Amino acid sequence: MSEILRTPAGLAGGALTVALLLLAALAPVLAPADPFASVGAPLMPPSWSHALGTDDLGRDVYSAILHGTRTSLVVALGVVAIAATLGVFVGAVAGFRGGSVDELLMRGTEAVQIMPRFFLAVIVVALFGPGLDRVVLVLGLTTWPAIARVVRAETLSLARREFVDAAHALGATTGRVVVRHVLPNALPTALVVISLNAASVILLEAGLGFIGLGDPRAMSLGYLASNAQRFLRVAWWMAVFPGAAIALAVLALNLLGDALGDLANPRRPSRGRPA
Amino acid sequence: MSPRYLLRRLAHVVPAVAGILVVAFVVIQAAPGDPVLALAGQHGDAAYHAFIRQKFGLDRPVLEQLLVYAGNVIRGDLGHSWVHGRPVASLVAERLPATLLLMTTALVLSSLAGVLLGVAAARRADRPTDLGVRLAALVGYATPSFWLAQLAALTLALGTGLFPVQGISDARRAWTGWRHALDVLHHLALPALVLAANELALTARLVRAGVVDALGAEYIRTARAKGLPERAVVRHALRNALLPVVTVIGGRVGMLFTGAVLVETVFAWPGLGQLLLSSVQTRDTPVLLGLFLLVSGAVVVTNLLTDVAYAWLDPRIRYE
Repeated sequence: MSEILRTPAGLAGGALTVALLLLAALAPVLAPADPFASVGAPLMPPSWSHALGTDDLGRDVYSAILHGTRTSLVVALGVVAIAATLGVFVGAVAGFRGGSVDELLMRGTEAVQIMPRFFLAVIVVALFGPGLDRVVLVLGLTTWPAIARVVRAETLSLARREFVDAAHALGATTGRVVVRHVLPNALPTALVVISLNAASVILLEAGLGFIGLGDPRAMSLGYLASNAQRFLRVAWWMAVFPGAAIALAVLALNLLGDALGDLANPRRPSRGRPA
Repeated sequence: MSPRYLLRRLAHVVPAVAGILVVAFVVIQAAPGDPVLALAGQHGDAAYHAFIRQKFGLDRPVLEQLLVYAGNVIRGDLGHSWVHGRPVASLVAERLPATLLLMTTALVLSSLAGVLLGVAAARRADRPTDLGVRLAALVGYATPSFWLAQLAALTLALGTGLFPVQGISDARRAWTGWRHALDVLHHLALPALVLAANELALTARLVRAGVVDALGAEYIRTARAKGLPERAVVRHALRNALLPVVTVIGGRVGMLFTGAVLVETVFAWPGLGQLLLSSVQTRDTPVLLGLFLLVSGAVVVTNLLTDVAYAWLDPRIRYE
């Protein structure tokens, strides 16, 4: 794992991801103000007292961004946890069982993969009311196919290896073989997809907030960006900083995914030397 | 491409469509309160709700309801918006052209520029041009479309005044003919460029990877050994590198719609994005369901088309 940090992209991605996770975890401590509280004059540009300015209600934009990043990452982690569980399960079963089970599961995977996640999430929030739990659930239930595909591919290629036969011969159950022998080998490739998925979830969550479907109880970067829309002419800072936070988070996870990908496939010629 | 491949690929459409319809149906059924509220929206009177209940057979067994719902959707009946007082299908059809104009312009722009940048990067692999393109692609891919739209509106529209901030045409001048077309083009420029930026990043990355791959292949060594000029060699490599770009378009349609809807919101482009936004605000669920079904259908169809195109372009693809 430490090899990731040897490439500049991996180092940047890893460091940024860790920094974001720390910021998100410590948001309540680090934020100088309550993100919902009016703590200054409205629409003040960045200054010493409010590093990233204030919004139309006099709320501190910096504090709001810290809490918004926290919300983004909580959603991303929740979605990825559900998606990884489902994806690993479906992929391992399909790859190990093969035959008609595989065929059936792969058709199902395809059907879920084509679901437009954003529009589905819009319906769910519109029908069930806003809330982070349902957003995590609906995105988690639709984000697993890419993970299932890579786990299946790895399982297929591993299932016929000698060490798997050996484990079986020693009396290991299929479940044990999958957990102890197949998954650790499939993990590097799966991690690539998982980090790219986390990035896409952050973009989707921001998009939902932007059209007004975020959870009103949790500060969200998308909500901040949509609120900025009405004040574009007078308060550029309201638009610039929340969007930059989203872009930075997505960039970090994409860089990390790329570096993991280079590591998982060191001989892949298409990548060239890592940037 | 064998007819066998075509048939098997067509057969894959069935579970995909079934999946979409079942998901929509399950969401409607699982929603809190009466499913009639999901199908009719939060508006309407008791008589209208009774009509919807009867139309969707909501007093019958669940399986029958699913079949009735699927039948309605497949026949193109997406329900009725009480807010607008019109069928959802006609509301969507009215807004679709503006969105399609935005999406196709962005797709064409991003494909052309993506291929050019990808080739330029691949030919100078690991040199400054390449690193620049790869960094720009990473950043472009990570940038939320609505943020890029806001930045463009701030700088290029509000800042320089070169581009209009909002709308599809100048409401103060009722131009017709080619002046109107130019006016629309002027309004289209920023949203299309913004939407293209996300797609461009992905295309450039794919083309670069494909061309670098191909340039290392035997047939390229042969072409070089024959003394072909570099331009012709790159053209050889590009032919193969473009294949994945074709398939990726199929997989990206859902994201392209999402991007378009968000960019439209910033620029007040009168397409599906405006419809989505107003329907979100009024909880006009029949319209939102209709948009989900429309985009899903578009994804199924483009996936089918790109797969068939891929098989046609690449004779190695066979179903066994």
